Amino acid sequence: MAKIKYIEFNGKEHEIEVPNGMTVMEGAVHGNIPGIDADCGGGMSCATCHVYINDDEWFKKLPEKEMGEDDMLDQAYEPKSNSRLSCQLIVSDDLDGLTVHMPEKQV
Amino acid sequence: MIKTDVVIIGAGPTGLFCAHQLGIIGLKCEIVDNLDKIGGQCIELYPDKPIYDIPAVPKCTGEELTNNLIEQIKPFNFNFHLSDRVQELKNENNKWLVKTLNGKEFETTNIVIAGGVGSFEPRKFPTKSAEKYDGKSVLYSIKDKTIFKDKSVAIFGGGDSALDWAIELSNSSKVTLIHRRDEFRGAPASVQKIKELSDNKTINLITKYSIKDVKGNGSLESVEIKSETGDIKVIKADYVLGFFGLIMQLGPIAEWGLNLDKKTIPVNTENFETNKKGIFAIGDICTYPGKLKLILSGFHEGALAARGCFKYARPDEKYRFEFTTASSTIKDRLGVKE
Repeated sequence: MAKIKYIEFNGKEHEIEVPNGMTVMEGAVHGNIPGIDADCGGGMSCATCHVYINDDEWFKKLPEKEMGEDDMLDQAYEPKSNSRLSCQLIVSDDLDGLTVHMPEKQV
Repeated sequence: MIKTDVVIIGAGPTGLFCAHQLGIIGLKCEIVDNLDKIGGQCIELYPDKPIYDIPAVPKCTGEELTNNLIEQIKPFNFNFHLSDRVQELKNENNKWLVKTLNGKEFETTNIVIAGGVGSFEPRKFPTKSAEKYDGKSVLYSIKDKTIFKDKSVAIFGGGDSALDWAIELSNSSKVTLIHRRDEFRGAPASVQKIKELSDNKTINLITKYSIKDVKGNGSLESVEIKSETGDIKVIKADYVLGFFGLIMQLGPIAEWGLNLDKKTIPVNTENFETNKKGIFAIGDICTYPGKLKLILSGFHEGALAARGCFKYARPDEKYRFEFTTASSTIKDRLGVKE
């Protein structure tokens, strides 16, 4: 279980507990948190669960991107060097306290 | 006007198998899809990725699954209407009148929406100012490459479309290729070629930049790009091309008066009918308690929706359940000779 904070583009914060094994994307979708679309359902095929990890320490702490994640991020809305696909972030106790920021939109 | 029993919206695996089930029970259908090819997400998003959870098929790719489904419905000779989108639905005397973007019209008793997460549309530039030039000098696909002759063209993207067009247009246009990072996801040979063209100054390659704004006075004149650290460059451009892949949009489906739950359509689990009589929804686009977004669930939903369609298509007949192994009627429909 990890406490994850999702911050919408407009600044609205949502802090929820996400069970281990779920992805950060699933945490948002199941928790009805707006701002993450996840059109492909977690298949790393659509880039609509894009988030920013603004805290550099956290960004480095996350498991490294697998092959293909950056290719998908190329297609995301306003990708930056601290961008991740939240469907690729699997929740464990290690992620307790993670904060993710949503982009302006998921297109 | 094409008269049919069922119009299927979406030629992904779920729509294809539903067509099979309709053929088996003796109904006709027409299949419409926005993509230029059959297969839906399987063919557009993951043609080469293996799928491991199709019953009795330990492993197959999206393309193999699609090809097998096409093979399976061949005996029925159903029509496909590709690169087209169902735009309007109207109910008249218990029939649905269906109009597509390309002007095709159908009269049908049933509609099966197997639309996945919606229709695939090109991803567009996030900049508002680009909308003004959309379709004129800001383009997301190329129909006629001669318009770029001797012009300045700014191309955005790092995949095969961006690289291929940068290479192709560099013969007769002044090309600038802009990509948000140093690595490209295109084919290695194309990436190599781009580097050569950049080294010998045939194209202007700029990485770690993305679009900020497009500028012009009536006609497009330049594109402003920005780096993540805030550096800005202005590139002269008569045309701006964006190749960021496709995104799924629910599109006109949202305007047909169907109940919607986020981007999905609630259905009953007896025959997958929606709140509108004669409109069914199956596959990823439908929702009900316990819904799983699996291809196998879509197959099941399609089989039951097909029986639901029978009721309206053949109101005076009683549907009779038959096995494909035993029924000579079904074997006739399949063209099987014994």
